[in-house]
Amino acid sequence: MGKKLVIDPVTRIEGHGRVTVHLDEDNRVIDAKLHVVEFRGFEKFIQGHPYWEAPVLLQRVCGICFVSHHLAGAKALDDIIGAGYSTGVQMLPTAEKVRRLGHYGQQLQSHVTAYFYLIVPEMLFGMDAPPEQRNVLGLVEANPDLIKRVVALRKWGQEVIKTVFGKRMHGISSIPGGVNKGISIAERNRLLNGEKGLLSIGQVIDYAQDGLRLFHEFHEKHRKQVDGFAEVPALNMSLVDDNGNVDYYHGRLRIVNKNRETVFELDYHDYLDYFAEATEKWSYMKFPYLKKLGREAGAVRVGPLARVNVTKSYGGSTPLAQAALERFQAYTNGKANDMTLHTNWARAIEILHSAELIKALLNDPDLQGEQLTLEPPESAWTGKGVGVVEAPRGTLLHHYQANEEGAITSANLVVATTQNNTVINRTVRAVAEEYLGGQAEITEGMMNAVEVGIRAYDPCLSCATHAMGQMPLVVSVHDAQGRVVDERVR
Amino acid sequence: MPVNISDKRETASHELPATPLDPSVRAARDEKIQIAMIALCGCWGCTLSFLDMDENLLRLLDKVNITRSSLTDIKRIPHRCAIGFVEGGVASEENIEILEHYRKNCDILISAGACAVWGGVPAMRNVVPLEACFREAYLDGPTAEPGVQPVIPYHPDIPRITTRVYPCHEVVKMDYFIPGCPPDGAAIFQVLDDLVNGREVALPGTINHYD
Repeated sequence: MGKKLVIDPVTRIEGHGRVTVHLDEDNRVIDAKLHVVEFRGFEKFIQGHPYWEAPVLLQRVCGICFVSHHLAGAKALDDIIGAGYSTGVQMLPTAEKVRRLGHYGQQLQSHVTAYFYLIVPEMLFGMDAPPEQRNVLGLVEANPDLIKRVVALRKWGQEVIKTVFGKRMHGISSIPGGVNKGISIAERNRLLNGEKGLLSIGQVIDYAQDGLRLFHEFHEKHRKQVDGFAEVPALNMSLVDDNGNVDYYHGRLRIVNKNRETVFELDYHDYLDYFAEATEKWSYMKFPYLKKLGREAGAVRVGPLARVNVTKSYGGSTPLAQAALERFQAYTNGKANDMTLHTNWARAIEILHSAELIKALLNDPDLQGEQLTLEPPESAWTGKGVGVVEAPRGTLLHHYQANEEGAITSANLVVATTQNNTVINRTVRAVAEEYLGGQAEITEGMMNAVEVGIRAYDPCLSCATHAMGQMPLVVSVHDAQGRVVDERVR
Repeated sequence: MPVNISDKRETASHELPATPLDPSVRAARDEKIQIAMIALCGCWGCTLSFLDMDENLLRLLDKVNITRSSLTDIKRIPHRCAIGFVEGGVASEENIEILEHYRKNCDILISAGACAVWGGVPAMRNVVPLEACFREAYLDGPTAEPGVQPVIPYHPDIPRITTRVYPCHEVVKMDYFIPGCPPDGAAIFQVLDDLVNGREVALPGTINHYD
């Protein structure tokens, strides 16, 4: 007789998930899964709506990366009206740079929220600390100065978003062919210089470096645990520019192996030639894979760890992040890094990278340009579009088609957390085997290790269940006969 | 003492032995006003708007303790709470159970944001049969696997989806409503600060948005 352990719900993530772990009579792990327990159905109910509503409605997929959904949708709309990359048209510089500013602001804000509010408590208190302590309340009690800086840093990121989109969440900036407003000198100066209650860009970069230092200190103290925790092999995917450097807003999709050699590189408009999605009965989240390699070998990882594995460098405009990237890449002697908890290292580097990218962009006079929108003739209408951006959690794709009246006839979304589904489930299995397998007694802290593995991906189960539904997270353990041995539901 | 879980069919992590919180920390938290939070069918945006209180979040935390929430690892409401802060509408059997758990254990329940207040964007599926939504998502999408028998998720470990999306007050009694997609952090602070300080809740028009 085995056991079924459950975590229900998984906490300190966005959305609803459940973990089940099944153990046999000798307490060996037979099975361990992350179940996403929500479903919403955006692809269907968006049909029939005017095409220009898509980025406004579909950004409601996610409250933390709405900018990414808005921009992936906007790029698809550019294609639809004949002003997009699919037709070889180059976006106006002001429009592209305003979009980039919003995008980098969101990456900073989203990573700061995930890293400091959701992940750092483990780093400071330990995986088996009291569950009531491993959270923002524990941070307030233990280190009030740190939490004040975190609040100020996140606020600044939100104010970048508000400057571009008009409000902190679910605002509107992009319209088909461009943006609806530029950035004034006064708005720019406020973000650069700060004001009472708002950081300056210099302070933002300082605080971002503090965040990275926090990881290094933690890593120094717990090197064995951090490096040995769920080393999960997978291909890595990211958008890259012509130099092979990560570009969060636009580029070609590159997929690299353990030696960081390119195994596939594609124009994302051709994604259907490369990707399929499998479905399982036990989760509302689908399982994308590269068709040529099949489900096991063709699973890719996306997000911060994948991006630092793919990118050649950060180019010349972000020197502090460049130094941090070099240190990261040297740690595995130039090979791809598969250590799950190093995702948090990569996330901290990307906070700094975003801050430096924003600094460079704020000093660019193109933000004050007056030409905001391309308006191609009606004859340019293509009725179909694909948009891809690197969202904070990884590669995000929106694909729409619209008829000649402008009504949406189909929408397909492949979001970052869904791309990571197979890799996250491998991680759950690896952690379950390491921390739960063979244990005579299992504690809450051991179960939390499974959640630590999941949190490294900063999964957004709300995004991943845009299809329709609710994502609960359950970990179950089954025995050799497929009976449930142990399950943990959080 | 660790419990022996081997002869139970299913054991939840929060039922297992955990490291206890320092008694003095616990005592300090127990003196505060107890709040529980939950995100049902939504986008987590209203929870982030809660963080958008910025410095006021820290002021509020001087007076309140957060128990169960997606921001903490407390998986069930541990004791009676004064306030339940609910984001999202009701779209699955699990949402119904959780909302009833909150009603039972909280004195005041707040519907925060468009999804909790009236169903929000997810309720747009109410004009389409659920089956059509599932078909589009899992069977007929352009990335469906060629030559593979398609599957619509259905399993004991995932909840069934309700045929319609409901606002919270159609499932249990809700006491306060904060509109907006999402409500501004300032609006959330105003309501919570009024409640925590025993004032009548007054949401000025300047921070009360419906978009």
